[in-house]
Parts: sequence; structure tokens; C-alpha cells
Amino acid sequence: MTPAVAGVRLVNLTKRFGTTAAVHDFSLDVQQGELVCLLGPSGCGKTTTLRMIGGFIAPDAGDILIDNRSVLRLPPERRPTAMVFQRYNLWPHMMVADNIAFGLRLRHIPPAAIQRKVQETLDLVGLPQAGRKWPHQLSGGEQQRVAVARALVLEPKILLLDEPFSNLDARLRVRMREELKALQRQVGITTIFVTHDQEEALTLADRIAVMNRGIVEQVDTPAALYSRPQRLFVADFIGTMNFFSARYVRARGLLVSGGVGVAAVGDWPDGAAITVAVRPEDVTFAGEGQGIAGQARRVVNLGHYLEVVVDCPGLGSLKVFTDGRRAVAEGQALTLFMRHLLLYDEGVNIAEIGTPQFTRVPAQSVVEDAAGR
Amino acid sequence: MSAVGEAVRERTAGLFWFWSIGAFRRVLPVLFLVALAAFILGPLLSLILWAFAGQWFYPGLLPQEFSTKWWTVVFGNRSVVSSIKYSLMTAPTVTALSALICLPAAYAFARFRFPGRRLLLLSFLSANSFPKIGLYITIATLFYRLNLMTTFWGVVLIQLVGTLLFMIWIPTGTFRGINRSLEEAARDVGASGLRTFFQITLPIALPGLLVAGLFAFLAAFDEAQGTLIVGSPNYITMPVMMYTLVLNYPQPVGAVFSILLTLPSLVLLLLAQRLLRQGYLAAGYTL
Repeated sequence: MTPAVAGVRLVNLTKRFGTTAAVHDFSLDVQQGELVCLLGPSGCGKTTTLRMIGGFIAPDAGDILIDNRSVLRLPPERRPTAMVFQRYNLWPHMMVADNIAFGLRLRHIPPAAIQRKVQETLDLVGLPQAGRKWPHQLSGGEQQRVAVARALVLEPKILLLDEPFSNLDARLRVRMREELKALQRQVGITTIFVTHDQEEALTLADRIAVMNRGIVEQVDTPAALYSRPQRLFVADFIGTMNFFSARYVRARGLLVSGGVGVAAVGDWPDGAAITVAVRPEDVTFAGEGQGIAGQARRVVNLGHYLEVVVDCPGLGSLKVFTDGRRAVAEGQALTLFMRHLLLYDEGVNIAEIGTPQFTRVPAQSVVEDAAGR
Repeated sequence: MSAVGEAVRERTAGLFWFWSIGAFRRVLPVLFLVALAAFILGPLLSLILWAFAGQWFYPGLLPQEFSTKWWTVVFGNRSVVSSIKYSLMTAPTVTALSALICLPAAYAFARFRFPGRRLLLLSFLSANSFPKIGLYITIATLFYRLNLMTTFWGVVLIQLVGTLLFMIWIPTGTFRGINRSLEEAARDVGASGLRTFFQITLPIALPGLLVAGLFAFLAAFDEAQGTLIVGSPNYITMPVMMYTLVLNYPQPVGAVFSILLTLPSLVLLLLAQRLLRQGYLAAGYTL
């Protein structure tokens, strides 16, 4: 009925805890060899989803298919998945080699083959000497690598990772991320990765599923997610975004916010409340046509770029990222131009404006419009 | 510096004049330590001296004559020897039975949420919160009807009461301290629930369970009141025998028997310490 999806397919997955839906009607296809991130704030249902795939939580409704076969009835030990947990990963009473060999021994593989596979996997994660060590003799990063080795040695179809780097320090986290990505490409294993760290998701994932309150907001590639967030929540959650609210004045084809009008054409009711979003790097100090007047309140030098907070009368304060070539002083009067606007109505993306044309709208004329209607 | 020292000296010149003597200040902690050691070890030392005293009259600081004759008296007494036998029979049986009953319960307390969980857990504390003698007498009337009085299993059951607390509370804490993801990781790589318990949970919990078992053993081994009521005259264990010896024999006999009574505790404590120090526990894996 559907093309063979060698990977994971979640169908209308739902899980309630008490009366609140931890995961609601979640559908997702993960392709063979793909690395998909479940991204969202804590309590959004991402870990619950992962644990349902691993078999540790039974869903209330929906189905989980791996290689087009439902695994819903299988206990965790019979699912073709392997999970790497957030922490407390390794069994403290076994040496590293025994930790990795545990699953192989359950499968009655001859000892010589087990020893060979354990060593191969240790080589793969870059810890060839660690076999005879105890878990507590390893650093946090090494322990996580052994945990990945323990999962990979069984050659599972699906690798599940539950915020595996959240207990590591920032530098190590970045390095482990690179290593995991390289390893995943090398092995070619279908991987589902849970994180609340958007940077981690953006650098690692082939596709990201952004979750919020048990609902999937958007599933897309990192680039698409960043440039075209379909919902206000995603726009706010991924990267930095400026927002200002505007009203649509249908008669003049203008979105009006404060004293600023943006030419916009759409089939929206007159007076519709629309949220306008713009990335800080899409705001510039040079452009054509009429700009928006503002005053620099704060300038922060972040090395490779300047972060300037500009107070714009009527619009509020906007964050601007600009290269340091043009000096900006605090208190300086500026004219702002924008490149790429996203419009949201009730949290859903309704339009984009590539090169917005601004006009000055005296407050008076808006009142007149309203009166004349 | 010297001005401050001067001021201190002046202020302490009255009552605590001796504080300014440097030697005294250095010696004081040592003296305190010696006093503490004497307080703890003194009675033990005197016990050992009494056990080997042939003749010890006032005002001699040490016995006038050392001898092992009281040891032969103790070991020559047939009822003493049988009390040792009974003690070594009941205490291990009680510990094993207690573990068999309590450890699965402790695991359930630690891992599952069920109605009345807290109440049940507290109920194990209740046996220790009342004077035991009343409880024992009530149980004894029940044992009469069940024909358990003056039987081996009656003694085992009455000693079991005192061990429940240790065998429930300590293992519950131990099991709760083991992170669930350690068990889930085992399930994930293919182990069944039962195998996970025996190969992952139990070995990790073992140090805590050993401590619980040790306390339970000592509680059973030292139990005298209930055993006296339920077991006598057929089953006289060592602590019960102690009463008879102290009342009917000269002092050194009591001392000899005290040492015998202390011996199992001492051996077990040393053994447990060795076990607990070994392996992964040594590396800061706390109970």
C-alpha cells in the first residue's frame, strides 16, 4: 500500500499521562540511514516518543512500524532497536568489555566471535584500550562512547539516543556531536536522536521534528526549518527571531505597526492581527526605499559579528546582527531595512515577503481609515 | 600578632590560666582521644581480662593470676554447648528466611507504585516502635494454639520479627538508589526481566543487601526476650543462656561467654568490611 519504508514509521502515536496528552497524534517517517532529531523544550513529549519506540512505554493509540512491521507487541528486548540513555549508562559491576559483550552473550555467540566484535566496536568508537577498564575509570565522554558501542555491537536496525550528551561539558559535547555524526554516516544506521539543544539538532540531523506540548510543530531539514518556520512556535524556538505585531489595513494593502506600514497583499480580513517575524541577520542598516528610523540602544561585539539592539518607535526593540565593518555606537540614530519577513496569523505561517517596502503611516490616517469604514 | 596574643593571655588569665601553657594546649586533644578510646575499649579490655583471670582481688590493677580454667568450665557445660549449636542454627535460618520474604517486597516497594505503599512500608517500622515484650507475649498466646511454642520454627518466627525492619528498609533504599535506566539498558540489549534482575540489579545492590543481611543476622543472633518466651526450655540460644550464666556462675564465666557472643558479630563485621571495600564499590560507588 505504501512504498517500502526501511526505517521507522510512527502512525498517529498518542500517549496520555493522566489527563494530559504527553504525545498527541504523532506521525513520522524516518528513512533508512536517516538521522532524525526530535527537538523541543523539556516536557514536550520527545523522550516519551523515543521510549515508546524503544518499548519502555506502551502507546495509548497509534502504531510503530519498523521495516513495515508493527513492533507494538514486542517487549524492549525483542525490538530491533538499541538505546543510549542520558546518563547512568554503563553497568558499574562489569568491565567495559563485559558491558559491551552482555547483549552478545545473551545471543549465544561463540566467545571468540564475541571478543572480536567487542574489540572491533571499541576501535570504532575510538577506545581500543578501554576493554579491561571499569566504567568509573572512564571520563564522561568515554562512558558515553562505550554506551554507543554497547548499542552498536548488536547491529540494531534503529539507534535511539536520549539526550546522550547533555551531561557533558560544552566543548566535549561539540566534539562528541561531530564524532557521532561521522560514526552514523560510517555505519549508515537509522538514528533517532532526542535533544532540547537546537544547535545540536541543527548540526546533527538530516531532518528535525520540532515538538511542543506533545504535538509536532514541523518536520523539516535544518535549513528549511530555519528559513521557513511554518509556525510561530518554531520561529521562536529555532535561532533568534524578532517579532512585532501589526494590523492589516485591507483598503491600502498595508500591514501597519506603530507608524510603519509594510506593503502586503493577501486575502486577510481587514484589521486582522498579524505577527511579523524577521531574523536579526535579515535586518540591515543600508537599503533602498524608505527605511525605519531607530536608535541603537546596546551594541555587543561577539567577535565575528555585532549584535545591535535598536529601539524603533512604534515597533519596539529589534535585534540586528551585522558584520563589524560598519561601526555602530550606542545612542546612534539608524535607519533599518529588512530582507525577509515572515507573517503569522494565529501561530501559523501565512506568507513571506522577500523585499518589504516600507511607508511612513501617520497615526492619524489609520484612525481616519478606521473611522471611514 | 603579638598584640592579639597578649590580649588573649590577659583575658584567659583568670579561670583558664592553664590555657596559656603551650604544652597543655598540644596535649589536650591527645588526652581527649585517649579518654574516648578508654571509654570505648575499656569495658572490652576488662571483659578480656576477666575471661582469663584466675584470681583477681581488690586492689590489684591486673589479675593476680591468669588462667583458662573458666573456658573449660564454659565448654564443659553441655547446655552451653547446645546453646551455641541452637544459635548457629536459628540465626542463619532466620536471616535466609527474612531475605526470602523481604527482598522481593523491598524490590516492589522500590520499583512499583501501588495503593497503601507508604502505609505498608511504615508498618514494618511499627514492630520496632513498641516495647517488644508485649508483642512477644501476644504472639506467644497465638503460638500456643498453633503448637509452635518450644519448637525450632517458633523460635525462628519470633526472631524474624526483629529482622524485618532491616531487611525491608535498607534493601528498599538500595534498590531505589539503582537507576532504572541501568535495568532498561539491559532489557534493551535483549535480557528478560528476570535475567535483568539477577545479572544487573542484584549484583549492583549486593553491597546494600549484605549490610541488611548482616544487621538481620545480628538482630536474630542477639535476640533474647522473644526466644526466652517462645523457646525455653527446649531451645535455649546463647543470649538466653547468658542470663543463666550471669546469675548462677562466678563473674569470669559471664566474661568468657560474652566474648563468645561477640565473636560472630566481629567476624561478620570484618568480613563485610572486606567485601564492601572490594571491586567497584571502592571507586565511590556509594550505597
